[in-house]
Amino acid sequence: MELMIEVKDVQFDYLSYEGQEVAALNGVTLDVKKGEFVVIIGHNGSGKSTLAKHFNALLKPSKGVVLIKGIDTRDEDMVWEIRQTAGMVFQNPDNQIVATIVEEDVAFGPENLGLPAEEIRIRVDEALKTVGMDKYANSAPHYLSGGQKQRVAIAGILAMRPEVIVLDEPTAMLDPSGRREVIETIKYLNKHEGITVVHITHYMEEAVDADKVIVMEQGKIVLQGTPEDVFSQVEVLKGIGLDVPQVTELAYRLRVEGLDVPQNLLRVEEMVDAICQL
Amino acid sequence: MSIVVENLTHVYMKGSPFESVALDDVSFEIQDGEFVGLIGHTGSGKSTLVQHLNGLLKPTKGRIIVDNIDITERTKSSKWLRQHVGLVFQYPEHQLFEETVYLDIAFGPKNLNLSNDEVEKRVREAMELVGLDYDSLKDRSPFEISGGQRRRVAIAGVLAMKPKVLILDEPTAGLDPKGRDEILGQIKDLHRERGMTIILVSHSMEDIAKLVDRIIVMNNSRIALMGKPEEVFSHVDELQEMGLDIPQIAHVIRGLRERGMDVPENIYTVEQAAAAILAMVRGRSNA
Ligand SMILES: Nc1ncnc2c1ncn2[C@@H]1O[C@H](COP(=O)(O)OP(=O)(O)OP(=O)(O)O)[C@@H](O)[C@H]1O
Ligand SMILES: Nc1ncnc2c1ncn2[C@@H]1O[C@H](COP(=O)(O)OP(=O)(O)O)[C@@H](O)[C@H]1O
Ligand SMILES: [Mg+2]
Ligand SMILES: [Mg+2]
Repeated sequence: MELMIEVKDVQFDYLSYEGQEVAALNGVTLDVKKGEFVVIIGHNGSGKSTLAKHFNALLKPSKGVVLIKGIDTRDEDMVWEIRQTAGMVFQNPDNQIVATIVEEDVAFGPENLGLPAEEIRIRVDEALKTVGMDKYANSAPHYLSGGQKQRVAIAGILAMRPEVIVLDEPTAMLDPSGRREVIETIKYLNKHEGITVVHITHYMEEAVDADKVIVMEQGKIVLQGTPEDVFSQVEVLKGIGLDVPQVTELAYRLRVEGLDVPQNLLRVEEMVDAICQL
Repeated sequence: MSIVVENLTHVYMKGSPFESVALDDVSFEIQDGEFVGLIGHTGSGKSTLVQHLNGLLKPTKGRIIVDNIDITERTKSSKWLRQHVGLVFQYPEHQLFEETVYLDIAFGPKNLNLSNDEVEKRVREAMELVGLDYDSLKDRSPFEISGGQRRRVAIAGVLAMKPKVLILDEPTAGLDPKGRDEILGQIKDLHRERGMTIILVSHSMEDIAKLVDRIIVMNNSRIALMGKPEEVFSHVDELQEMGLDIPQIAHVIRGLRERGMDVPENIYTVEQAAAAILAMVRGRSNA
């Protein structure tokens, strides 16, 4: 299968203001296949955002190689190509929205690409429709809820027609329904639009439907696999300061107490079924 | 310290075409030493409300009384208020401005005219409380650290003031699970040991369920519900309509009850659920 992202033995050191080097990535190797839904978890400062910024050439490896659809991110002439292939969405919805009307905000990227007006129109309408925000095309972003603002930010990326979307804690500041809206939008894009998704989060519940979960720790990948595989390692995850979904935690405690419930439970319905069968 | 809010209304940009009513006739009381959770959809008015409690915003209408002092009347009370009512902002980047992590956390205590030794002691203590390593981080720029580390610095800066009332506006957004549990655990301890009054604004129904004595629910600039966690979380449909929810574990319990399982209704944490399910299963095998 086609590889969207290849990261080969990457190291990255930040050069801080005082000239100190801060090692943020210490030999990371990973592949993301076309169409995959990958979730990255890891504690604060483990290197998730640093890694994510390598996916659209905001950062370049100090050592090792990052290829986006086979293009080396160190190739200065290809930076625009790479940024069009891989778009990024960040945590704070208020810092990402630049225009005073929703559709102008979504048009911002395609305008910078110098596309003809008709093409921009088509892309903006399509992107807003895809995230379910077409009704708000002429609203002021100021009046939208957090979840709606994040969907507008996602539409702005979609209008660039990317093949990969990298989301760095897009739900961290949202209320429960805003979180649900954004997660459903991401899943829709992945399933129905074939967009490859890399999603960074501290909410373990958001990882249960991923194809692959990657766990970062001190600039390295320490665990990767299906959500069932990764979250069944409750003790390992807790050992590095992470968590499992509440349902998985409950299953774990019941097992410790000797009840016969499966270890790899991730969802509310699965838990209810398992207990009813006891 | 107790807090009384009477008929508080706040209108942003009054008289302009952008006028918006962020708080509409809000009244409530918080007792000295209470731990209160404030929840509500984004834009419901939570941040606007808490910024009134330490005098950062002035009411359009209404009164706020902190420790029996009407803070809306006395303008010279603002220094007293900042010292005793600590607010951790929703966006930590709005709170950080010094060159190093140390100076940032020391900023508040220095303004209290404490000795340098006392300031350093407070910075060390506060960094420890929020899980930041003093030696490796004190000289770093607060703008050259990870998002979660930055949030911890913001919380430490307020804790170093040793306020009597601590208000945290979504303090755990962006914190990893252990950091979240540890910092909230420390706050719970501060509440218990020092009798601090605490207001926690959060979108995590799980954290709210675990920590608070009472919940205030905001909806469209007004208070929609108020009461003990078990009272508030029993309004499942209303909460969901307001863009909120109940903890994930409470959904498991509802599912079990719908299938006729004999577990109590008002369960909101993993610990409670595990105990109830064990009691049910063991009760069955003993029968
Ligand atoms: N601009 C910067 N300059 C210097 N060091 C930095 C900078 N940004 C991050 N770091 C350091 O790099 C390491 C990795 O940070 P990164 O932001 O990638 O972590 P993260 O996993 O995204 O954390 P979080 O969960 O808190 O967002 C940390 O040690 C951090 O202090
Ligand atoms: N500085 C401001 N200027 C104008 N309107 C604001 C400002 N801050 C908040 N608002 C508006 O006030 C309402 C309440 O916002 P806020 O208190 O931030 O809610 P919450 O913290 O519950 O998300 C929203 O409609 C918001 O758009
Ligand atoms: Mg990050
Ligand atoms: Mg707020």
